[in-house]
Amino acid sequence: LVFTEEDKYDLYSSLLFKYFLAEGIVCGHDLFVASAKEHPDNILKELPAPLLDDTCGKELGDEAAAVKPEDFQDSMKIAWRYQNLPKMEASPTTHTKFGHYYDVSKKMSPELCQSAKWRSFYLHEELSFEPKMKTCNMNSGYARLLQSIQTIISQEGFDGSDPQKKQRNVLRIGIQSLGSILWGDDVCCSDTPEDAHSLTKFLYVLRGLLRKSLSACIITVPSHLIQNKAIMERVTNLSDMVVGLESFIGSERETNPLYKDYHGLVHVHQIPRLNSLICDVSDTKDLAFRLKRKLFTIERLHLPPDLSDTVSRASKQDLAGSAKLLSSGCGAMAMGKKHLDF
Amino acid sequence: QGKFTLLRDTRTDGSFLVHHFLSFYLRAGCKVCFVALLQSFSHYNIVAQKLGVSLAAAKERGQLVFLEGLKSCLDLVFGEEEQPGQPSPLQFLSTSDLRALFDFVRVSLTPAEGDSWKGPVLLVDDLSVLLSLGAAPVAVLDFIHYCRVFVCYQLKGNIVVLVHSNEDSEDEENELVVNSLCHHSNLILWAEGLATGFCKDVHGQIKIIKRLSLRQAAEQDLVQIYQYKIQDRNVTFFARGLSAAVL
Repeated sequence: LVFTEEDKYDLYSSLLFKYFLAEGIVCGHDLFVASAKEHPDNILKELPAPLLDDTCGKELGDEAAAVKPEDFQDSMKIAWRYQNLPKMEASPTTHTKFGHYYDVSKKMSPELCQSAKWRSFYLHEELSFEPKMKTCNMNSGYARLLQSIQTIISQEGFDGSDPQKKQRNVLRIGIQSLGSILWGDDVCCSDTPEDAHSLTKFLYVLRGLLRKSLSACIITVPSHLIQNKAIMERVTNLSDMVVGLESFIGSERETNPLYKDYHGLVHVHQIPRLNSLICDVSDTKDLAFRLKRKLFTIERLHLPPDLSDTVSRASKQDLAGSAKLLSSGCGAMAMGKKHLDF
Repeated sequence: QGKFTLLRDTRTDGSFLVHHFLSFYLRAGCKVCFVALLQSFSHYNIVAQKLGVSLAAAKERGQLVFLEGLKSCLDLVFGEEEQPGQPSPLQFLSTSDLRALFDFVRVSLTPAEGDSWKGPVLLVDDLSVLLSLGAAPVAVLDFIHYCRVFVCYQLKGNIVVLVHSNEDSEDEENELVVNSLCHHSNLILWAEGLATGFCKDVHGQIKIIKRLSLRQAAEQDLVQIYQYKIQDRNVTFFARGLSAAVL
């Protein structure tokens, strides 16, 4: 259960949402898209087109070549300890073949979309449908969504209930803007919502459904609107993976020279620890994203080299402040520095 | 015997302690009732196998009673009407009443004829979920109290409960439950993420608090602090600042 906190204007989180669905189509999974905000048909029309292998490799290859200037190969004399650190690989190399890459400037072809089996749930069309399940005092919009998901899982055999079905497929569920007022939940409007437990009960039952079947789910939530932080904490505990997107639009970070290459930060609040004592521990958790003309990339946040001669005091303090937050990113900064200013 | 252990985590995931206690008590030959609210049976089974215990076999021979919260919840919500004599233990989803859950625990741990297990154990993972599902904090505390009277005093068994907490938490209900439980526990194992942030070699710090002050008024609680790193089959503990990566 991947839980995404939306950025303020919902630009980047809907992009991530579409990537999840597009990946599902390309992999041949079944899709289930639910929204109260826009009709799922429209969402599906706007999925990014997948990049074919050779063009993708070429694009990344060009970038990687540009990034490796020759002077990195020189042995370091003063900061020689840094020589042993691995070179900062900001973008994924061509060796990693997990998943596909997408071209954000082009839309997915209608033929490819049609080839996938997908179902939609648009709240405003489903209002007349009465759920058969016990609602347990849950918001009726959520209850209908759960009923719909459960019906599909059992009818299409995603939970292994149909032994006849030989080929088992994965169901990718995408739910957009959960918790917003459009779903009939006032969690985003007031500090003491009328029914504080609807959202958490929904997530618990959803978690049960996901564990019982071959499905994966991404949910986006406008968490910046949720006033009651206690609910956010509970929701985090109920999800497997929690990622927050913070975009720089409209905040003071937009003009901060530290972040000039990026459009926002990715906060990884929780990573899944399933079927094992350990979880994936990557080197660093400081990630930032940027939206280029064709690609949306998530990279390790590293500070740009401090090359200017006149560096004002304010930005130096900023740099020091951010350097404290970075765990292993300082290596790159030291390598790029030409003028060491003590 | 008769001890209440509280597992607490802050800024990190303390579930490795739950896996440890589960395999520990099963290996010791105790009868265990495990109320697993957050993860599926197969998750615990796979980890327990790495630790050398088979949960499926324990269930077969009646040593382990496993309440899989997620599955029971689906049965309750999407299943047919329940029989009047057998309420679902997760009934509190609709009624906010935890009595059915306590009855489940009581029935599971009451020693039956011919049982040769050493001491009963109740393990709960995790209690904070009950609050998310609509139970009131007082109801949760009452539930724990009833369990304590039954398991610790009447049957001389042990209870181990996991709760989440956060510093500066705005979840007042949760903080109320956690603070209250802390006062009543014999032993508190508090796993915390490092204050300085995420680190690859040291996953966190564990504070072991032995509540000696409960037994005798003048005694002070004994507090020990270690740091730990979780590996695939094991967790290594070491004194603060002496992680293998640093030495």
